[in-house]
Amino acid sequence: MEQITNLLAITLGAVLANNFIFSQFLGICPFLGVSKKVDTAVGMGVAVTFVMGLASAITWLVNVLLVKLGLEYMQTVAFILVIASLVQFIEMFLQKAMPTLYTALGVYLPLITTNCAVLGVALLNIQNNYNFIESVVYGITGGLGFLLAIVLFASIRERLVFAEYPKAFEGFPIALITAGLMALAFMGFSGLKIW
Amino acid sequence: MNLKKQFMDGLLYQNPVLVQVLGMCSTMAITTSFFNGLGMGVAVTVILTLSNVIISAIRKIVPDKIRIAMFIVVIAGFVTMVDLFLQAFVPALAESLGVFIPLIVVNCIILGRAEAFSYKNGVAASFFDGVFQGIGYTLVLLAMCIIRELLGAGTFGGGLLGPVNAAGTHMGIQIIPSQFPAGMLTLPVGGFLVLGCLIAAMQWALSKSKK
Repeated sequence: MEQITNLLAITLGAVLANNFIFSQFLGICPFLGVSKKVDTAVGMGVAVTFVMGLASAITWLVNVLLVKLGLEYMQTVAFILVIASLVQFIEMFLQKAMPTLYTALGVYLPLITTNCAVLGVALLNIQNNYNFIESVVYGITGGLGFLLAIVLFASIRERLVFAEYPKAFEGFPIALITAGLMALAFMGFSGLKIW
Repeated sequence: MNLKKQFMDGLLYQNPVLVQVLGMCSTMAITTSFFNGLGMGVAVTVILTLSNVIISAIRKIVPDKIRIAMFIVVIAGFVTMVDLFLQAFVPALAESLGVFIPLIVVNCIILGRAEAFSYKNGVAASFFDGVFQGIGYTLVLLAMCIIRELLGAGTFGGGLLGPVNAAGTHMGIQIIPSQFPAGMLTLPVGGFLVLGCLIAAMQWALSKSKK
């Protein structure tokens, strides 16, 4: 029972209260870069969720191996290599097995390697001393939080085209201001942390 | 090689944060106190310069197809060194920057400069590119820190100057009396808003200077 409450707390934290985008600033680059249309935002969000879940599981196991060998200081290098090859592997797998999904994700798949949310979740799992199940849950729900954030943001951005604002704010600045206001809204969830 | 042009590009016309819009995560996440901004800026400048030099030196022997993987390995190596160095000699900084030091590996500024500049240019030019782009990044971080700290907490130089609190960190010099500042600006919201305004100001200034 305690285990379930704990997992629920991790889920709520990762999706709402400690959202990867709005409170931890992880994964901002794809968040700003791939959020001009809702369809692509959904594709990116799903891909990131998938990779984050898998990467959490694999890096957790890799870390056990590193600790056993006394090579903890190699964490960063090992994790980024694992993530890069994982993304490459998923790319090849999708190309063979699910070509429709592969073409839908297009260029966003390789970009996930440099998404700091993925490396971030791997490092945070170790820092928070999560066990294997907690790590996987944190990875997947963190990805879901990213998906929620990027889809909401993309739907607002689609409407921004019709909005009037000073010319200097065109492009990134207005997107950042929008994201800031959304972060303000997400701060309302921080009360959930008590749980 | 054109030093003056590289210098101006790094600081203004091709500023990594304000014009190229790279490395946003760390820019917004850690700019809550002066000390953090300075530490992060210096760390990134050192890593960027070193990896630029190495990548430029090995650019002729690396096959085109695996260059990105090579870049990441080189960068990750330097990030690990800096991470361990900070943990050993500046533990306070290592603690307050936390996960964002290892995350320098995926900071797009470094990978971006490797791909866009040092993979195509000589060692000396790449060295200066690293230094100037690093300084440009550091200046933006410091500007963000100063604005957010001053408006959010009413202090200047947090972590470096001013009275020491119970935990042993410097609180910064109080400039605005503590009942006035908008604490929101030191929270994540402030990061988005301040950076948005800075980039807008930059776009405005660049469009003015073109006319």
